[in-house]
Amino acid sequence: MSATPLSVGTRIAERRIDGRGVLVGYLPVGFPDLATSIDAAVALVENGVDAIELGLPYSDPVMDGIAIQQATQVALSAGFRIRDVFTAVEAVRSRVDAPVLVMTYWNPVVQYGADRFADQLRDAGGAGLITPDITPDSAADWIATSVRTGLDRVFLAAPSSTDERLKLTVENSRGFVYAVSTMGITGARADVAASARTLVERLRAAGAENTCVGIGISRGDQVAEVLEYADGAIVGSALVTALAERGVAGVAATAAELATGLRSGTARPQAH
Amino acid sequence: MSLRDQPGPFFGDFGGRFMPESLIAAIDELAAAYESAKADPGFQAELAELHRTYTGRPSLITEVPRFAEHAGGARIILKREDLNHTGSHKINNVLGQALLTRRIGKKRVIAETGAGQHGVATATAAALFGLECTIFMGEVDTQRQALNVARMRLLGAEVVSVTTGSRTLKDAINEAYREWVTSVETTNYVFGTAAGPHPFPAMVRDFQKIIGEEAREQVLALTGRLPDAVAACVGGGSNAIGIFHAFLDDADVKLYGFEAAGDGVDTERHAASIERGRPGILHGARSYLLQDEDGQTIESHSISAGLDYPGVGPEHAFLADAGRAEYLPATDTEAMEALRLLSRTEGIIPAIESAHALAGALRLGRELGPDAIILVNLSGRGDKDVATAGEWFDLFDEGAVQS
Repeated sequence: MSATPLSVGTRIAERRIDGRGVLVGYLPVGFPDLATSIDAAVALVENGVDAIELGLPYSDPVMDGIAIQQATQVALSAGFRIRDVFTAVEAVRSRVDAPVLVMTYWNPVVQYGADRFADQLRDAGGAGLITPDITPDSAADWIATSVRTGLDRVFLAAPSSTDERLKLTVENSRGFVYAVSTMGITGARADVAASARTLVERLRAAGAENTCVGIGISRGDQVAEVLEYADGAIVGSALVTALAERGVAGVAATAAELATGLRSGTARPQAH
Repeated sequence: MSLRDQPGPFFGDFGGRFMPESLIAAIDELAAAYESAKADPGFQAELAELHRTYTGRPSLITEVPRFAEHAGGARIILKREDLNHTGSHKINNVLGQALLTRRIGKKRVIAETGAGQHGVATATAAALFGLECTIFMGEVDTQRQALNVARMRLLGAEVVSVTTGSRTLKDAINEAYREWVTSVETTNYVFGTAAGPHPFPAMVRDFQKIIGEEAREQVLALTGRLPDAVAACVGGGSNAIGIFHAFLDDADVKLYGFEAAGDGVDTERHAASIERGRPGILHGARSYLLQDEDGQTIESHSISAGLDYPGVGPEHAFLADAGRAEYLPATDTEAMEALRLLSRTEGIIPAIESAHALAGALRLGRELGPDAIILVNLSGRGDKDVATAGEWFDLFDEGAVQS
């Protein structure tokens, strides 16, 4: 398969026509094992998740909280290899209709070879990469590779980013911009920070077409709240915890609960 | 071009600023503040005055002839950073970064530490400047350096024992980054070595280069000429770049960095990033790195907590590739033998980190012969390592307990 990758941007646009935003779900590849991680990702889509982020387990995950750290450590200890990501992407894509991004720290891609990684990801049916520990000004190689392959490149924007840097991030992202809701690492929080709304507004002013909010979202009502102003809500740690504690059935139930936020969410006005 | 004139962010192919967007604003702020401080005579004067009245600079040089008898008779001269307040070179950098913290108006500092030398220095500066202070230290290191944990707490710092990953220095840095992302509005990260994202490698080097600048003049005054070789231990590499820097443009002065070889570079237990690693990105910079085929960081091993790091500062990676400095391994056993030898021949107990440089100097002396002059950076004192040495050499009475 080397057709044009299914961009998350395409799926966001389709949902927008339906009058709603998207729910993006994160799970690490290889946790608790490769086959279960694939089943769990499939279960997310079957329970209302619109797009998948598959995490590539890494030894030094500086942007992740304890839930994701522990899960990725399990995957690494069990012998996770980079090639498992392509296996997982291909398997998920063959079973459900949803774009699949890979969320990865940068060194594994560098060591694998950015071109080789991108080619294999595209051939597996992947949508692109989310890169939490590099910024567009340090990613010239990846930007060139993604232009060549047509893969999405999702960079992060933070409440602390200057207007100038938001513009840089918007101009260099494809698919969507990942708006970090708060100054912090991944993990469930009682409330989604007010800074998320402000950041999304600033990203729109900087020209962002699609903006999804992540970090701290763990319940359907929070999904609904975020979709009042953003195009998508990203959930990670809550799903990882559900998978760890209650298996695939548990993660399916959590996804279904999160998806209730899609039905009750008010569609964002399309004009921008 | 002068090798001394490298402002970063890149040193040849190495360095850069590969960091999460959440931290870019803080790093940019720090870089800008440092640029303005560097050009501000008031800042430089205040730092110099602190070094004179608080650190105890200039530090001495000491020639060690009885030790040198074991090094083929070459003249060996130690740069005594062990005599600095807090017991190591780390204070040079920390006072600079504490002044910078005040300049950008932040009230809290965080830092990582391996052996505890940088943690103690940071806790000291925080006490001096009235800053809140949290130190991240791997659980393995809090156990093997328990005395330094107590020192930091005595100085008023909070010490967080890091229980993730390999529970050593690299994981302490990971956890400090996580904390920094969360508290960056009020908190400055006082990075301890000449690694990490720009501006840290250049800034830490600039705060440490006083070591070599003093030593170069002192050796000239003592011997009438420059040394033939300069030796330093290399973990992240701050003491090494500090003593190398003044000599970078002296083509006849050979520079040697000694990496921790643990059980040996041909075993799986070592920390020789340049000798056995390959270029990769960790903690914000591209440099030599111990990693597997997939780019997963490999845990390093060294008896010295301060050298137990799988990466190395980018300027060292550059100097290695450019052939200006040579990086050689020294094992746990070689370092411990050198530690005991210096203690017994000269009455100076070195830090285990610095003992790697001493072990290297013993080898260099035998190679270079009796006419050679070798300058060694004695980057820290060994008080913190007495428990480790006591176990290694079986010096404790059976059943004895420190009370």
